[in-house]
Amino acid sequence: MAKTDALQGSLDLLVLKILSRRPRLHGYAIMAAIANTSGEVLRAEEGSLYPALYRMEEAGWIRAEWIKKDTGRRARIYELTAAGKKQLGAEESRWQSVTLAINRVLREA
Amino acid sequence: MSLWSRIANAVRGERLNREIEEELQSHIEEAIASGRDPKEVQRAFGSALRAREVSHSVRAAEWLASLLADVRFGWRQLCRNKLTSLAAVLSLALGIGSCVAAFRLIDALLWRPLPISGSSRLYVLSRTLTGPEGRPIEDGYWATPDFKVMRDAVKDQADLIAISDADRTDITWSTDDDMEKAHVVYASGNMFPLFGLEPALGRLLAPVDDRSPGLAPYAVLSWDYWNHHFGRDPHVLGRSLHIGDQTFEIIGVGPRDFTGTENGTVTDIFLPLSMNSLATRDSVTWHRTFLMLKPGVNPATALEPLRQHLSSVSRAFELDCSTCSRGMTPATIDRYLNKTLVFNPAGAGISDLQKDYRRLLGVLGLLVALVLLIACVNVANMMTAQAAARGQEMALRISIGAGRRRLVQLILCQSALLALLASVLGAFFAAWAAPFVLSLVNPPDNPARLALPADWRVLLFGFGLIILVVLLLGLLPALRASAVRPVAALKGGEDPHSPRRLMRGAIALQVAFCCLVLLLSSLFVASFQRLQNRPLGFSTDRLLLLETVAGKGQLPVVWSQTAEALRAVPGIDSVTISGWPLLGRIMINSDISINGAPPSPTPSWFLSVSPGWLSTMRIPLVSGRDFRPQDTSPGVAIVNETFAKTFFPGQDPIGRTFERGANEPINKIVGVTPDAPYRQLRDPIRPVFYVPLNEIDDKSAPKAVAFATFTIHTDTENTLTLADSLRRFIAQRHNGLRVSNVTTQRDLVRDQTIRERLLAMLAAFFAAVALLLAGIGLYAVLNYSVLQRRREIGIRMAIGSTRAGIVRIVTFDVFLMIVLGGCTGVVLGLGAARYVASLFYQVKPTDADMIALPTCAILLTALVATLPAVLRALRTDPTEILRAE
Repeated sequence: MAKTDALQGSLDLLVLKILSRRPRLHGYAIMAAIANTSGEVLRAEEGSLYPALYRMEEAGWIRAEWIKKDTGRRARIYELTAAGKKQLGAEESRWQSVTLAINRVLREA
Repeated sequence: MSLWSRIANAVRGERLNREIEEELQSHIEEAIASGRDPKEVQRAFGSALRAREVSHSVRAAEWLASLLADVRFGWRQLCRNKLTSLAAVLSLALGIGSCVAAFRLIDALLWRPLPISGSSRLYVLSRTLTGPEGRPIEDGYWATPDFKVMRDAVKDQADLIAISDADRTDITWSTDDDMEKAHVVYASGNMFPLFGLEPALGRLLAPVDDRSPGLAPYAVLSWDYWNHHFGRDPHVLGRSLHIGDQTFEIIGVGPRDFTGTENGTVTDIFLPLSMNSLATRDSVTWHRTFLMLKPGVNPATALEPLRQHLSSVSRAFELDCSTCSRGMTPATIDRYLNKTLVFNPAGAGISDLQKDYRRLLGVLGLLVALVLLIACVNVANMMTAQAAARGQEMALRISIGAGRRRLVQLILCQSALLALLASVLGAFFAAWAAPFVLSLVNPPDNPARLALPADWRVLLFGFGLIILVVLLLGLLPALRASAVRPVAALKGGEDPHSPRRLMRGAIALQVAFCCLVLLLSSLFVASFQRLQNRPLGFSTDRLLLLETVAGKGQLPVVWSQTAEALRAVPGIDSVTISGWPLLGRIMINSDISINGAPPSPTPSWFLSVSPGWLSTMRIPLVSGRDFRPQDTSPGVAIVNETFAKTFFPGQDPIGRTFERGANEPINKIVGVTPDAPYRQLRDPIRPVFYVPLNEIDDKSAPKAVAFATFTIHTDTENTLTLADSLRRFIAQRHNGLRVSNVTTQRDLVRDQTIRERLLAMLAAFFAAVALLLAGIGLYAVLNYSVLQRRREIGIRMAIGSTRAGIVRIVTFDVFLMIVLGGCTGVVLGLGAARYVASLFYQVKPTDADMIALPTCAILLTALVATLPAVLRALRTDPTEILRAE
């Protein structure tokens, strides 16, 4: 298994969230969406985005499909599955509780 | 689901890589289209190779992908050396196929549990006692009254079941029909219920059928007989069949798999024990007795008390039995009563075929295992050579980071490929070979029949064998290859002798196995030849034998009139009659007492014959005369030379008299014949006397003859062509005579050597295979070694080594190994031969020619196999070698 990325936990969350708002995006569009919505603060590396996409696909959270683009090339687009929706809920609440906890530590200390 | 898609992705690895590549390209294009710098995008991905590796490992099952890659690589390796690979696969296929075929035979005859419930609780009862010749013998047959007292004595802990051996019996379906033969078994009524068997049709025999003698005229057909004889016609119930003067009604058909308890014979008809007239006789032992422990009885503690109890009950029965020891001398009675009852597990059935062929199958198993080992050593050698040639490649793989586990996997993959290919071929071979070998166990009127299913037992054995072969083949080269030290190998300085040492050890092993196989097979072949060439003392040429029965019997005059009528049939030279044929299955002995003395300890065999029988059989008279038509028995007799020597040592037997037991009428010896084997070719010659077929009772009235054999000398070589017309000819005379069996004297003699012929044939075949494989192995090793040492040989030549010197350094150590292996093989062979000595006939493993033969064969093979490599070494051109360096 490949080495896990430091951002991995949150990368999954970001990808799932983006796909839940805007279904049927290809890899570059997901990356661009993360950058845009985060105001260019967060950047998913290409080198970790695709392994993460494949891993989530294997886990059954997202589903991929090849489509023809206008340029004639094929693109692989992703969308959320039912399991992915559940996973997104779980990841979101985990994130909330973690950030809450971190904030609490920052305030108290 | 996820694992499945990963396995699927691993299998279609190339396509997966293309897809990943395409997606990444599409991403880069998008990025460039949205205005990013192409170089920067490329950089963001890092190494494209690495991105793909990581993505690939997520989407595909890595271990499987690497395995597939190794299999593909192994396949390419095999394809690269097509000829060697083909030889390897073929020799392994032969080895694996032979092993599986031998397993199928051994399993079917000796190991496979009967298709009954509680087969593990089933034992067979027999008794060991001292035989007439002072050797221990085992008697497995019991008298029915004895069986009944024993059954009642232990009924709380175990059930006793009486089952007779399947006897080839004449049956008719309606009184006018032709007679047919069917295998008939008499069984006690508790057999079917205790075995937990259910009828396929109607009902089976039940304990109620045992009640009283002769009151249950019912027959149960076996499923097999119902199938091939009646085409599974359900209307067979209620039909009647006749055996002798008894009529039986068919009441049911047995379950599909059950063919009786006698392996090698398929029972056709089951009859109640009580219907056999022998069942009331105290002194006739005629059926086997099985014991089935009740469920829940612990065999470890219960068997020995049961055995002692049964033993004392049976002994009491025999002491009480007045007819059991009638006419025996006190010494014989003592011997007869002094016996030990033994239990043997019988869950796999019990038969004479098992007894006769157990050793043979053991030898066969040994031979095939050795051949497989030789083949494995060969292929392992080949792989070692290839691995050595790939030493540099292995070193490179290790230095760029291949794990040693992966290297072992690489080589094991290759050997598994070889083994799998070979086992596919081997499976076909085994599917053909097992029934083929079984079909050679074929006494013409009673061929062995065994079910040889290819079920989970065979599959399991096959799988085990494949795994063993893979390990044998691959493990050594794999460990060697993975122990490569990259630095040494890449420098080209690795010890060039180490693979050769391994291969030389393999040669010694191979020669030892080969020698063992050769020694055993030369013993078996010699046994067979000596047995076959044994002088018979009679002719087998053009002798047709009609074994004929006559219901309750016909007077001798009817028999001789029939013989007279047969003489008139065209194509027939002479017709005479004997009670039964020589070397047939019948043998009857008789006590001999001289001048009213008590019977001597040695009994004599006898045979009743008509006048002219001796000359038809081409048995000459040493002195005296043949019988005349008016001669009767008792009255006159003709004896063989051993009889004369045993009972009248140093005297002229002509004119002397003997009695068949004390107080019996006297017989006057009128002629002496040379010795001829009576019952078995292997038996030593015993005393034999011939008496006239015309038997009279004590009032001089002629006695009826119930069965006899017409011995017919025909004009044509192919005597059996007359069989059908003669059978009809005798039936049309309507004088009560019916032909029950037709055979030839030559077939009877041939039957005597079936086992020896089979063993000699198989042993010779495997010896040839072993020799061939050993030769190939020797050739390959020497050839490889010469190739490896080309440089050394070139240098030696350049500095003036003689040709003889070159030959010596090339062949010396190999021949050393051959001698070492040969000696080991002979020693092993002598040990193995002791175990199977009962299969030899007039040969001893220590005979000089028996040892010389395999040794010469090995040496000759070694010479032929080493010649090409030696010539190659001698043709080495030193200048060319040195220039290439």
